[in-house]
Amino acid sequence: MAATLIEQDPRRTAPRRRRPAASRPSWSSLLYVAPALAFFVVFVVVPIIQSVRISFYDWDGISVATPAGWSNYAAVFSDPDLRQALGHSLVLLVFYAALPVLIGLLLAGLMSRIRIHGLTVFRAVLFLPQILSSVVVAVAWRGILADDGPVNDVLRAIGLGGLAHSWLGDFGTALPSIGIIGTWVEYGLCMVLFLAGIATIDRSLYEAARLDGAGAFREFTAVTLPALRPQISIALILTITFALRNFDLIWNTTRGGPGTSTTVPSVFVYQDAFQNRALGQASALAVVLTVLILVVVGIVQLALRERPERAQRKELSS
Amino acid sequence: MKVARSETTLTHAVLVVAALIAAFPLASVIVTSLGGNGADGTGVGFGNYAEAWTQGGFASALVSSAIVAITVVLVTAAIACLAGYALAHMRVPGGRLILVLLLVGLVLPYEVTVLPLYQMLAGWGLVDTYGALILPQVGLSVPLGVFWMRSFFASVPGELLEAARIDGASRFRILSSVLMPVAMPAVATLATILFLFTWNEFLLALVLVPQNEAVQTAPLSLSFFSGAQHGAQPDVTAAAAVLVALPIVLAYVLLQRRLITGLTEGAVK
Repeated sequence: MAATLIEQDPRRTAPRRRRPAASRPSWSSLLYVAPALAFFVVFVVVPIIQSVRISFYDWDGISVATPAGWSNYAAVFSDPDLRQALGHSLVLLVFYAALPVLIGLLLAGLMSRIRIHGLTVFRAVLFLPQILSSVVVAVAWRGILADDGPVNDVLRAIGLGGLAHSWLGDFGTALPSIGIIGTWVEYGLCMVLFLAGIATIDRSLYEAARLDGAGAFREFTAVTLPALRPQISIALILTITFALRNFDLIWNTTRGGPGTSTTVPSVFVYQDAFQNRALGQASALAVVLTVLILVVVGIVQLALRERPERAQRKELSS
Repeated sequence: MKVARSETTLTHAVLVVAALIAAFPLASVIVTSLGGNGADGTGVGFGNYAEAWTQGGFASALVSSAIVAITVVLVTAAIACLAGYALAHMRVPGGRLILVLLLVGLVLPYEVTVLPLYQMLAGWGLVDTYGALILPQVGLSVPLGVFWMRSFFASVPGELLEAARIDGASRFRILSSVLMPVAMPAVATLATILFLFTWNEFLLALVLVPQNEAVQTAPLSLSFFSGAQHGAQPDVTAAAAVLVALPIVLAYVLLQRRLITGLTEGAVK
């Protein structure tokens, strides 16, 4: 997915090849597109349109739906529970997106300066959290953060037994604990993305920076950081999307509890749709969540795309 | 390039710590799963696995996951090759609009589709069948698949297609005999990524096959199993988690290079 998104920037794609038969549209080509398009329209586009429609009704899924106007949307922003859930999402953005990108940049910055021995092994291990099912991740971390888990064992061993408690079961620590799990899931991905980006940087740029007397920090800000712009953009898009969706991990660790201390919009979407039978409310929240993700992804892409003058210079020099 | 030896050592040390943290939860779950055996509860062995296997029905869950993931991968790869080829090398009417739609599909949260999907599939009598898992996941995998294959086919030198065209090959024949043989590595990487996503998908399984244990996938079975146990038997739950993770971890050990390069670099080249 990362690669395909990078490829979308028109300035990064190769100049379009001239195609002989390109002058007039070929209607028969639709036959090739039709199967994929049919699956996408029936199982993605139609359900989204349905969600938007349902969001304007009060409906329990059984009796007749009554038109509700914008009230379900108003509730998303006025209902204290839903507002709290949106607030939790913002907190989790720090843990799921900001921290992993910063850690990834720090590690990648260190690694850009030397030749790494065993790079393939490091890469494979750091990527491991990405391939595990979120349910497996949840089971593993529930064990680690449990009353008698390794975290508390270490605290007791070093004389900080007073701090030991059930991390996911405490109102104050449940949300940050889930945040830490998210940081753990994502930092390896960020680092692997940035390493791939660094591998494409011309080594002579580093030589030049050093000849100019740049220190490690200056070298990072002047050479590494600007070159990683596309990878940072992808990393943010992937991590932010993960943070804002985030159903699996929460459902399998805390289910939003204790109390409402770890609720997020996607948990309400599921509960309202399939447990509380408030289908209109669930749909409105899902639509808001979707719009939010699209807007944030759009902002990241705009903010981090290569500046035109930079891209031009690149073209001239190549 | 000269860097102090101490810096080299320090960076490797930081890297080792980062890798240990990444591996720790899986290692910890494996250790937990092997413990708590024997009469006094301190022995080491595979007793928890036997218990998880018989109690949790994971044999059937792993088979379900395999059936669903393999079907989704095969169908998606086939239709993505057709569509990707057309969008890369033909003037598809409305092609730009199709691409924009699919681009939005790439970052879409599944949450916005699950409720109408449930109602639609319930109407068709498909809830709690393999169809309820396979059909929507093909649809949701289409954006990634089509973008992936389109960007690969666009990178094939035009001369290759031109030569085939001059030889009188039809458009479908160009795809099947000229493009597909060179596309196999790209298709394999796409298949690996889709397999991983489909195997791990949780929300759709939770919503679309809630009652029928026979078709429930491994992550869903694990979720129910660990929820029902309420942590009373953490070592059996841990064994169940390892059972669910094992096929994916094994595949990852074999395919990690392809997967990571594919996910991070792929079409940048």
